[in-house]
Amino acid sequence: MNKLNILSNGVIKENPVLILLLGTCPALAVTTMAVNGIGMGLATMMVLICSNVVIALLKNIIPDKVRIPGYIVVIAGFVTIVGFLLKAYAPSLDKSLGIFIPLIVVNCIILGRAEMFASRNSVVDAALDGVGMGIGFTLALFLMGSIRELLGSGSWMGIVMTAEVIEPMTIFMLAPGGFFVFGCLVALINKLSNGRAIKKKEMGCAGCPSAGGCGQIKEGGCH
Amino acid sequence: MKELLIILMSLVLVDNFVLSKFLGICPFLGVSKKLDSAVGMSLAVIFVMLLATAVTYPIYIHLLVPHGLEYLQTIVFILVIAALVQLVEIILKKHVPILHRSLGVYLPLITTNCAVLGVTLLNIDEGYSYVQALVNAIGAGLGFLLAMVLFSGVRRLIEHNDIPTAFKGIPSILIAASILSVSFMGFSGVVDGIFK
Repeated sequence: MNKLNILSNGVIKENPVLILLLGTCPALAVTTMAVNGIGMGLATMMVLICSNVVIALLKNIIPDKVRIPGYIVVIAGFVTIVGFLLKAYAPSLDKSLGIFIPLIVVNCIILGRAEMFASRNSVVDAALDGVGMGIGFTLALFLMGSIRELLGSGSWMGIVMTAEVIEPMTIFMLAPGGFFVFGCLVALINKLSNGRAIKKKEMGCAGCPSAGGCGQIKEGGCH
Repeated sequence: MKELLIILMSLVLVDNFVLSKFLGICPFLGVSKKLDSAVGMSLAVIFVMLLATAVTYPIYIHLLVPHGLEYLQTIVFILVIAALVQLVEIILKKHVPILHRSLGVYLPLITTNCAVLGVTLLNIDEGYSYVQALVNAIGAGLGFLLAMVLFSGVRRLIEHNDIPTAFKGIPSILIAASILSVSFMGFSGVVDGIFK
């Protein structure tokens, strides 16, 4: 796989949110506004790149048996750093993302990429994969945030757009709107690609970060 | 007592972890296909949530705060949860094989369940006492159980419906979750109504 492929892979062909259906918790929770989507995406991207690089560097040092706890420590360290940076330089964003900043630790995308990609590839490839996946995640969150903000409050990036013409539908800012918009986006991608993009219609073991330590794989998965 | 009941009720019905706080979406979508696996997963989650709260709360208050190490919160909590899950699995396998057979398969998946880390972090953020934190963990777990059981029923009913091709699979499940979430919005204010 050449370098450009690795980079673009995460953006379109294997978009972590819309195609692999990973990291659904932050994708649903923080996308009430487009700005929050970008903020969450960039924070996750930074953790993803750093942890991918460090794990690719340490892949021969970490013993196979304790690799998952090892990855978790590396990821948690970077999440703490990103949390501090946000608190210092973007306090309002930090407030609106709230508990989902420390929860980046358990974001399936990061542990999944560490297990599936960074631990098997060179440092440069791992960094590129982190950039690509990060851009894909940010774009997906930005898209969802834009749709929900436009429909739910009639504005976009904080600028009033349609609020005076059409009464905003507040439900899109609330929990049900998140599920609904996400469902419609996945359906749209299904339609555009004639169902080819999302090969596994159900969540499969391939995307599960616990796959390494899970005894269920031999029996065909947990569902 | 009233305070504890308010915490419990509002977490199960109003601020449901899955349907209004978006914590633990992956197992909610992934393991809710059959009722028995939904119940098994939820019981394992309740157990781990309670245990994780019981262990992480004293660690934070008595170990991290006195030494000014609050910034290690995320790292310590996730490691404690990972270790606890491993420990529980080993103990269950050795001493209670029946329980291990029904719950054990879901345990490795729980380490990366954001609902478990979420509840331990929220306990600290909200400034709960130890008892309140434990009740909070039980409430979050029961809310998860309720959402999982209801949703597995919904999924069984929509499984064989004639859904447009593009909406087959995950999209239809997400739309169903959206409608379930709307119905839970009907509970907003119910706790204030009961306890005031």
